[in-house]
Amino acid sequence: MSFSLHGPGLWYATRAAGLVTMLLLTCSVLLGVLTAGRFAGDRWPRFVTVGLHRNLSLMVLVFLAVHIVTIVIDTFTSIPLAAAFIPFATTYKTGWTALGAIALDLLVVLTATSLIRNRLGYRTWRWVHWLAYLCWPVALAHGLGMGTDRRTLWVVELTVACIAIVAGAAFWRVVSAARAGAR
Amino acid sequence: MGLGMRYRLRVNPIACSGHGMCAELLPEIIEIDPWGFPILASPGVPPGLMGHAKRAVDACPTLALLMEEITDQAR
Amino acid sequence: MSTIVVSAYRTPTLPMPRLIASAAQHRPAGLDEHERLYGPTPLRGRPRGRRAAKGLIDLVERSGLTGRGGAGFPTARKMRSVASRSGPAVVIANGAEGEPASVKDRLLLTRAPHLILDGIALAAYAVGANEAFLCVHAQEVDVLATLEDAVAERAGARLDAVPVQVTGIPGRYVSSEQSALVQYLNGGPGKPTFSPPRPHERGVNGRPTLVNNVETLAHLALIARYGDNWFRSVGLASAPGSTLVTVDGAVARPGVYEIAMGTPLGQVMLQAGGPSEPLQALLVGGYFGAWLPAETAWPVPMTHAGLKAAGGAMGAGIIVALPATSCALAETARVVSYLAEETAAQCGPCMFGLPALADALIDLAYEGGRGRAIDQIATLIPLIERRGACRHPDGATQLVVSALTAFAADARRHDRQGPCPGVRRAPLLPVPRDEDREWDWA
Repeated sequence: MSFSLHGPGLWYATRAAGLVTMLLLTCSVLLGVLTAGRFAGDRWPRFVTVGLHRNLSLMVLVFLAVHIVTIVIDTFTSIPLAAAFIPFATTYKTGWTALGAIALDLLVVLTATSLIRNRLGYRTWRWVHWLAYLCWPVALAHGLGMGTDRRTLWVVELTVACIAIVAGAAFWRVVSAARAGAR
Repeated sequence: MGLGMRYRLRVNPIACSGHGMCAELLPEIIEIDPWGFPILASPGVPPGLMGHAKRAVDACPTLALLMEEITDQAR
Repeated sequence: MSTIVVSAYRTPTLPMPRLIASAAQHRPAGLDEHERLYGPTPLRGRPRGRRAAKGLIDLVERSGLTGRGGAGFPTARKMRSVASRSGPAVVIANGAEGEPASVKDRLLLTRAPHLILDGIALAAYAVGANEAFLCVHAQEVDVLATLEDAVAERAGARLDAVPVQVTGIPGRYVSSEQSALVQYLNGGPGKPTFSPPRPHERGVNGRPTLVNNVETLAHLALIARYGDNWFRSVGLASAPGSTLVTVDGAVARPGVYEIAMGTPLGQVMLQAGGPSEPLQALLVGGYFGAWLPAETAWPVPMTHAGLKAAGGAMGAGIIVALPATSCALAETARVVSYLAEETAAQCGPCMFGLPALADALIDLAYEGGRGRAIDQIATLIPLIERRGACRHPDGATQLVVSALTAFAADARRHDRQGPCPGVRRAPLLPVPRDEDREWDWA
């Protein structure tokens, strides 16, 4: 190796990319819920909601790639690339890393099916897309479980904020669906 | 159909649940009725609007908006 | 109607009736009786080659048989579009008579089941089908029992290469639509589906499927025996053969009659004994049909083209005579309310538009006098027609438009001044009561 791969730089990059991923994923879930719930405002047309949902989801993949690449090439831990996709393929905090792999696998399926939605048909796509509600909490658990920044206040606050956003969105969705059903 | 139009739009009324995104993205052709469902003013897509039409088809949450090639046989 | 009265009316020159020759007996004709009356079943012992099957379709084409279920589509063309596709096909005989005012299919099914079963066997042979279904609404238990007996009789005589599965379908109005039948047989709830694909392309189990009304198949059974010239000896060159019509309302002898295609409406009315009181209009074609004012209706020929030219529709051959003292708008309002309740609730414009249309009609007929109802109806019609996946909304709008055309003066009077005394008369057009509608989707 001709450059330093075991300074703290890569480690910070991994954690930063992970946090941004968590934030973007939360926003994506929020926008997905708003799409299904037909949210629209005076200056916020429906197509903005669905367009942002799509673009933010693709951004998630970008930051997730940074998160994975930085941790794989970091020589401080020896996590193979396979561990990003295959759960339990590493000895480094095996369980929590596995959650990350599961979340990534789910995300890949969600993205792939959405990209070929036209060919897949609506019902199949919709059925698969419910996995988003599994992907997000698994990803969050991975972040919490890895534990690196559990004692940093603003990280905790950020995580709590993400939980509040998704919980609030889910609550709004359930309430407005019930109200629509009662009509 | 006007000259030069090779494609037309069609709504699958069973799949459509009145989200209305198509009308936002293609107001030249699509209007919304009092119940939230799309009315196609004239189904043929002028070549200049093809990009917008494709985007509208893509954006439909229930894949209810369809783009079909206009064949010569009468419906 | 609580009883079916059948006319044994024959004109001296026409060899009629054909389909309901045995119907006056008030019980189903057994296999022996059927063969005594019409001759042996055509396919018994016939070699099963593709050439002969094609010959049968050619015969049907020469005879000019068209569908008797309401659409009047050329039967041979339908058969060809199924036969030309590869793989074994499926035949569905549609005996699910959803129209409350029509009883002709019920008559055929309960009195001459073997005619229909002959027709199914012939159709299956013609299109290369190895599966056949005879569909009837599930609540018609007596019809189902009669058909099961007839099928068992034929099985005993080893008549049919393709066994017919007698099937009860949901009692909903739209369940008798051909794509709804296919959906039900594929395990669905029995609601109309979006096309493409159409049944003849991909139907039951993805196979090319022929859907024919039971009366059409009965005619097929006789064409195969007696030939195309015989079929054409009655009716018009452009609309050959005979057809069953249900005549009801203010006539002396309501019932099912077999008439030559092209018979003027007036003559059909006379066959039914003529009006029992002065008439204002005829409803022709059932609830997806149209109103014709009595003054202009009499000479109109009973053909699809003739009725269309007069602003009407043939539908499944239903004629209801409306007396002068009834209110046509009130009758129409009741029918459209029924149709609004009977949507499949799949398509927004229909499931929201028809109730709005019904409300506007009820307003016009029973409340009236506020000058808004006609405009409201005129706004609603283009928002509803042709915006559903099936023809249910179109049938309703056609009925409403014909009512506002045929009774324009009455409508204006209702709108400006209020309801006419006719609304107090007991309703004429049959609408199933809520208690009778215990059926639901599958």
